[in-house]
This record gives sequence, structure tokens and C-alpha cells, in this order.
Amino acid sequence: MHIVVCMKQVPDSAQIRVHPVTNTIMRQGVPTIINPYDLFALEEALRLRDRLGGEVTVLTMGPPMAEESLRKALTFGADRAVLLTDRAFAGSDTLATSFALAAALAKIGQEFGPVPIVFTGKQTIDGDTAQVGPGIAKRLGLNQLTYVARIADLDPDAGTITVERRAEGGLQVLSTRLPVLITMLEGVNEMRRGSLDDAYRAARAQVVRWSAADAGITELARCGLKGSPTIVKKVFAPQARAEKVQQVPTADRGTDELAVDVMAAIFRTRPTVEEDLLRFAAGQ
Amino acid sequence: MTDAPNTNAPRPAAGRAGTRRELPEHFKAYKHVWVAVECEHGIVHPVSLELLGEGRKLADKRGVELAGVVLAGDELTAATTAAAAFEHGADLVYTVTDPILAHYRNETYTRALTDLVNTHKPEILLLGATNLGRDLAGSVATTLQTGLTADCTELAIDDEGSLAATRPTFGGSLLCTILTLNYRPQMATVRPRVMSLPPREPGRWGRIVEQPLALAEEDVVTKVLRFIADRESDKAQLAYADIVVAGGLGLRSAENFQLVRALAEVLGGDYGGSRPLVQKGWITADRQIGQTGKTIRPKLYIAAGISGAIQHRVGVEGADTIVAINTDPNAPIFEFAHLGVVADAIELLPALTRAFQAHLSVNRLAG
Ligand SMILES: Cc1cc2nc3c(=O)[nH]c(=O)nc-3n(C[C@H](O)[C@H](O)[C@H](O)COP(=O)(O)OP(=O)(O)OC[C@H]3O[C@@H](n4cnc5c(N)ncnc54)[C@H](O)[C@@H]3O)c2cc1C
Repeated sequence: MHIVVCMKQVPDSAQIRVHPVTNTIMRQGVPTIINPYDLFALEEALRLRDRLGGEVTVLTMGPPMAEESLRKALTFGADRAVLLTDRAFAGSDTLATSFALAAALAKIGQEFGPVPIVFTGKQTIDGDTAQVGPGIAKRLGLNQLTYVARIADLDPDAGTITVERRAEGGLQVLSTRLPVLITMLEGVNEMRRGSLDDAYRAARAQVVRWSAADAGITELARCGLKGSPTIVKKVFAPQARAEKVQQVPTADRGTDELAVDVMAAIFRTRPTVEEDLLRFAAGQ
Repeated sequence: MTDAPNTNAPRPAAGRAGTRRELPEHFKAYKHVWVAVECEHGIVHPVSLELLGEGRKLADKRGVELAGVVLAGDELTAATTAAAAFEHGADLVYTVTDPILAHYRNETYTRALTDLVNTHKPEILLLGATNLGRDLAGSVATTLQTGLTADCTELAIDDEGSLAATRPTFGGSLLCTILTLNYRPQMATVRPRVMSLPPREPGRWGRIVEQPLALAEEDVVTKVLRFIADRESDKAQLAYADIVVAGGLGLRSAENFQLVRALAEVLGGDYGGSRPLVQKGWITADRQIGQTGKTIRPKLYIAAGISGAIQHRVGVEGADTIVAINTDPNAPIFEFAHLGVVADAIELLPALTRAFQAHLSVNRLAG
């Protein structure tokens, strides 16, 4: 079974700083990582391959440096890596991104064999939109399974799959036919360490590098900024709140006294909270 | 080459490539504001009602009607959901009622919603950023080849009549305002609890426009086999709790986290935590508060041993009163808390639990 995992190299946003004057992201020195949600997808793909045979291709669209993330994925055990990189993709929003990735997926199918399963993480940590997976599925006519918590059953011969999907208030057990696109929920597995063999292989591996033309994309107007219906009008820093914090004095206070002070301060600040609490206590 | 291609994150601002052009002729007929009203297992999701409140303001600003969209498996669900939409501000409700829609499936819902859009042409379409809403919105926007802005925190109509959708980007470090200029509808999702719930007007009613769904069950590939409801104990009411107590890494151990639960219980509230606690396995993912967790709007939020990183902040800013307990007087949480206590949470939490317990039982006896 040939499985493709779409992943993204993202800035480690925990370490991002905003320039105080220009309100732009200061990228210098910010480390990049594989989007953490994509690792759940990659691990799930590797497990299926280990069980059923076949191979795992990782695909990313990004700047040339995104190759680092692909190599990392190879050290975890992915078999092949494809980097889709072209100036024409600059400024892509989710619609333009899913267009380019779908084209690359189609090309991967032609070059390296049909792809019954495409995986992505549930969303990225920089964009947080969760839109690219569904966009790819729609463009390629794949059955779409988002927020998947568990693959309950997969029968490659019959071409069927059953999964548990996170929904409001519970899990939906869904069955559908391959080919599918699956977005994996977080926390469903743990990324393996990867073997020494994989590390050697990754170091020597050739990352396949495709331009828009290589991926068979002729409609450049559907890529990048031109192909993006959404336009960023402005970027700004969240406003600081005018109201100042009111500190509860702690000097000369034992813990129990301090607790009573804090409670009193809460009730002073928001009297309705005390009323609510008393109503709750009375109802117990 | 952008570093953030598959996002709504900062790209060159409008004016360069995205200059405002005349809206293409065939989009000029697109009018009215729509809210997809989410209903699973007979329960209308509160985020839809919150969106109707927001949609009402946008519709009034544009001088157009506000419509709810109800996709339902049976007449009763359709009727009760429509009623909720009217009572929360909709002028009319489009309904598609078909047994095929009894459970959410991407295929069927995408088809029903895109058919509605193509027939009745809304200029703005809003959905909740729930699992259902995001799954559906992504497919519908791709099918319609239009723009979709995820997880907005503010929606407005700009001077030229476009939807200006503001959302956090880069994990909440920045906000950006996004327009969908030359495509219709303009689509956006909003997370639960980001917008406030509009007051319910009992008995308020409007027009219902029904549309059939030309789709047979045999033609739908994906089947819902079963629904495994969460155990009662797993159901976090976090997003809608009036009182939330949360802990962070400052608590130092899973055992100490129990102090948070104990206080929450005495206060009749719910509990949650910062993201590292999920990673450490002290709490489950549905208890994470913040940018990549839940947004909350409680009356009282007590944060114990939480530094107040921007990603946490954006999830709690809607709280009425934020109380921060932190040993570090320079912790960022003190920049947005209303009440600050520079103290050891591991000692103060049990003392607070005792204090509230004593106060509540005394006053209960007195009352
Ligand atoms: C993409 C992305 C998304 C994220 N999403 C979220 C999210 O949704 N929610 C979230 O919370 N975080 C999120 N984060 C993580 C966030 O950036 C912070 O790392 C996290 O919130 C810090 O958690 P913390 O405050 O518990 O821990 P720390 O930052 O380690 O802070 C611990 C605090 O406890 C204090 N302390 C220590 N001992 C005590 C004591 N005995 N008593 C009282 N105080 C004490 C310390 O002074 C310190 O301020 C995200 C990060 C990224 C990159």
C-alpha cells in the first residue's frame, strides 16, 4: 500500500517574537519544526506500512529549506520525500495550497504508484485553519475522514476502511471506500525514534524536488497570491488592556489568611460571583 | 516563497497583488448573511446561536436579511433548530430535511450546503469552528472556489462593504484582518465562546424556505456505523462553565494538579490547564485552554501556576474576572489578570478550597 503524508515545516511558534515597532514576525533565529500534528499522521502511516507492506511518501510544499523536515521524516522511517517548491507558490492561502498539493499528489500517483491513502495532521500550528486537508480531498475526489482518533479496520483488497472520528459529544464510527484522505487527531500515537538504518538512509537519500512545472501545474494563476481568494489587509499586535492588575497584598499573611483575602477580593471585584456560588451551594 | 503557505497567515497585504477590483458581474447577485446552524443528536450547538448574534449585526450593517441554514434528518429536528435560529435573530431559515442528513457526513452536508449557496447566493456564510463546521467549511469553500477565514475573533463590514475577518495568527502572537474580495460567498468560521450569546427572543419567528436534496443513500459512499457517546465523566463542559480553575506547569506534578480539581469542585465549576499539561498527560486534550485548546468565557477564571503565554491568553481573555496565582511577579499573566496573587499555588489552592468551603457552608446555614 502506497501512503502519502502531507506535512508542513512551521516556525516553532512558542519561540516567535513580534517586532515591537513594525509588528512583523521576527523569524531570524526561530527554529523550524515539523508541524507537530503531522507527526501523528506520519506515525499512523508508518504503522500501516509496517503491518501491511508498501511504502510511505512524505510531501511538503515550502521553501527549499523545508527539505530539512522531509529528511527528518526519512529518519523516522518514511521511504520517499517530495519537496514541492517554486516561487509561484509564494503567498498561497489554503485554497491555493490545496490546489498545488493536489496536483503534486496526482503526479506522485503517476510516478510512484496509486495512492489509496493520504494523511495530514488535523491542522498546522502556524495557520491553525484545518482547511488544507479537506481542500485536497475535495479536489482529488477522495473520501474525507477528518479528526480521526483510530483506524479500526482497513481492508486494502476490498478497498474499505473503518475509522473512529471525533465528533461533538462522542466518536462517530464511519466506514468508507478507498481512496481516502485522513486528518489525524492529536495524541493518538507516539512518534517512533527511528532506527540507525533509517538515519543512514535519510542522510544519503535524494529528496525529490519539483517545481510547479514538474508537478504538471500549468495554471499558475491558481497558485500563490494570484490563486488566493483571501487577501491579508492588515497585520497588527493584540492590544494591551488598559485596566491594571490589582495585586492582593501577600506580606505578613499566612496562607489561610491570604486565601480569605483573595476570596474577599474576588467578591469585591465581581459580587455576582458570590451570589452564584451561594446559589450553587444551596442547590447541592 | 512564503514560510506559511497553507495558512491564512500574513502574506503581502492587499494593494500589491490583491488590489480591490470591481466584483465580477456574476457575484453581484450574492446578498444576505447566512449562518449554518449546527445540530448533532438533536442539540443545537451554542456556537451557532453566538454566530447568529454576530450575523445579525453584519446583516443590519449591510441592510440585508439574516438567514439560518438548517440541515436535518427529520422534520422535528428541522423545526426545533429553525425555532432556535429565529429566536436568536434569523429573519428566515433555509432547511434541507432528509434522512440522509441524520448524521453528519462530509459528502451529504457539503452537497446540501453548496446546492443552497448556488441557488440562493449569500454574500457571507458563517460556520462554527467545531469539528463539524471546519470539516464542512473547508469542503464547501473548495467546491465553491472561494475564500475561507478560519477561527475569526472579530467580524466586521469595512467601508467598502466587504467582510473584514480578524483572526489570530502565529499562535496568537499577532492578529490579521482578511478580506475575500473578488469571490462569493465570503466565508468564515468562529470558535465557540468567542462571540457572546445574543439574548433569546421567545416566540420570534420568520420565513422558512425548504429545499430538497437530490441525493440517494445508495450514492453516498461513507456510512455511519455507530456513535460512541462520551462517558459522562469525559464530558468537559469547560467552554460553557461559569467558573473555571486551571493549572499550569507551576504545579509541578500530576498529584498537585488534584488541588485544581478540588477547588473547581467546591466552586461548582470545571477545570482545565495549559498545554504542557496535556503533553505531560496530567489532563486530557479536551481540557486544554488556549489557542489550540478551548476558548472559555467564564465569570471567574482562576489560573494557578500558569505563566500566561500569548497562546494561553487568547483562550481566556473573554473571562469576566481573571485571578492569577503565580510565584513570579513578572509573569506575563499579570499583564491581563484582574486580580493577581504572588504566591505558591501549591499552598494557596488548598487554603482557597478551605476558605470557599467554609464561607459557602456558613452562608448556606445562615440562609
Ligand atoms: C502553536 C502553539 C500553540 C499553543 N497553544 C497553547 C494553548 O492552547 N494553551 C496553552 O496554555 N499553551 C499553548 N501553547 C504553549 C504556550 O506557549 C506556553 O508554553 C504554555 O502556555 C506554558 O504553560 P505554563 O504556563 O503552564 O508553563 P510555564 O510557562 O512553564 O509557566 C509556569 C509558571 O508557573 C509559575 N510557577 C512555578 N512554580 C509555581 C508555584 N509553586 N506556584 C505558582 N506559580 C508557580 C512560574 O512562575 C511560571 O510563570 C502553545 C504553544 C504553541 C507553540
